[in-house]
Amino acid sequence: MLLGLLRPSSGMIELFGRDFIRDRFSVLGRMNFSSPYVDLPQRLTVRENLTVYAKLYGVKNITARIEQVVEEFKLDAFVDRRVRRLSSGQKTRVSLAKALINRPEFLLLDEPTASLDPDTSLWIRDFLLKYRKENEATILFASHDMHEVELLCDHVLLMKRGKLVEEGSPSALLSRYNRQNLEEVFLALNREND
Amino acid sequence: MIDVNQSGPFGRIFALLLRYLYLLRSSWPRIIEIAYWPTMQMVIWGFVSQHFSKASPELTAGGILISVVLIWDCLFRSHISYTLSFLEELWSRNLGNLFVSPLRPWELIISLASISMMRTIIGMLPAALLAIPFFNVSVFDMGMPLLGFFLNLVLTGWAISQFVTGILIRYGLGAESLTWVLPFLIAPFSCIYYPLSTLPNWMQSVAVFVPTTYVFEGMRALMLESELRMDLITQAFGLNLVYIIIGISVFVLSFQAARRHGLLLQSGE
Repeated sequence: MLLGLLRPSSGMIELFGRDFIRDRFSVLGRMNFSSPYVDLPQRLTVRENLTVYAKLYGVKNITARIEQVVEEFKLDAFVDRRVRRLSSGQKTRVSLAKALINRPEFLLLDEPTASLDPDTSLWIRDFLLKYRKENEATILFASHDMHEVELLCDHVLLMKRGKLVEEGSPSALLSRYNRQNLEEVFLALNREND
Repeated sequence: MIDVNQSGPFGRIFALLLRYLYLLRSSWPRIIEIAYWPTMQMVIWGFVSQHFSKASPELTAGGILISVVLIWDCLFRSHISYTLSFLEELWSRNLGNLFVSPLRPWELIISLASISMMRTIIGMLPAALLAIPFFNVSVFDMGMPLLGFFLNLVLTGWAISQFVTGILIRYGLGAESLTWVLPFLIAPFSCIYYPLSTLPNWMQSVAVFVPTTYVFEGMRALMLESELRMDLITQAFGLNLVYIIIGISVFVLSFQAARRHGLLLQSGE
């Protein structure tokens, strides 16, 4: 719904002070997303994909911006390789580079470190924290990795069978449930009424 | 700090065109294939035409048989080029990325139509040029009316494509076979190889609602009787306008239905 792909049956969504349901195109350029359920065109090279999306989002100085994300996400070794020839970890990095090509103020990420090795996952988490701070961006992050959620998020929404069951800061949730970590909170909630 | 701005419609249309051109460039068999089928059609029908010219000269007078085959193929090529470019987005699971970008549905339609036009010209031009030395038939001898016939068939192809892509958005790749089937549904009514009067009455009453019927009747009038029937070309344009509006409406309604049901991220089979 927050991407405009699903129309809500009721309620409203306000983004950047605009009614997102009625006027999503005025704000979509300030957002971006990455998800393992969506791929980039496999026959295009990484550079071609980034060029297409930079143009779609109206990025100025495209060549410079591409060089920047290539450097930031360490894509230089395979920037001219077709996406279909990349490993899943490399594809995830390219997908994140695409998601940041327009310097979004609102970034939606679905399992952004899925299929990445621990070292790269750590690097991505640090990068996202730095990006959020430097650009004053909002990141909405969906994950089943509670350790990652604890490290990255200021505010956590826990859902069960499509319904919101709990929310709050990681520390507030830990103290509310008297647990050591968010994974224990998650398990406690998940087993409740089962 | 790099300045980032919102894009305009031309920039987004160009971005998508670039995506399809990159795709085309990435595979030389695809480039060859665009011209391969029209050329094969022209060669086969060229020989059929030569064979018929001995027994029934009226069937092949003025190169009519090769000309109608080439012109009919413009419809098929424009439709296939449009729909295949859209199918590429489904096959590569890229539709979600496009629909969360600032790209409007009408910009997607214009991009697909533009790449379709490019691919149709790239595909048809070699076949039309080769027909001159091979069979001494030049469709270009029709002059300016050729443009009217060509544009009408391309428009009919796009109208079918908009309907098919609308169905694909709503029902996913399970409806892919419509891409190949639908253009042939109108072929018997289009009077490609025979005049309208050949059809039984009930088929004639359907054929008058098919824009391509007017194109081929117009071509026969021009090539066999040297008569330019602007009324037929105008009627074809009028009908195409109606079908394009219906096609776009089907696409837009399907897009809205897909948004209501959350199908835009699940566009597989």
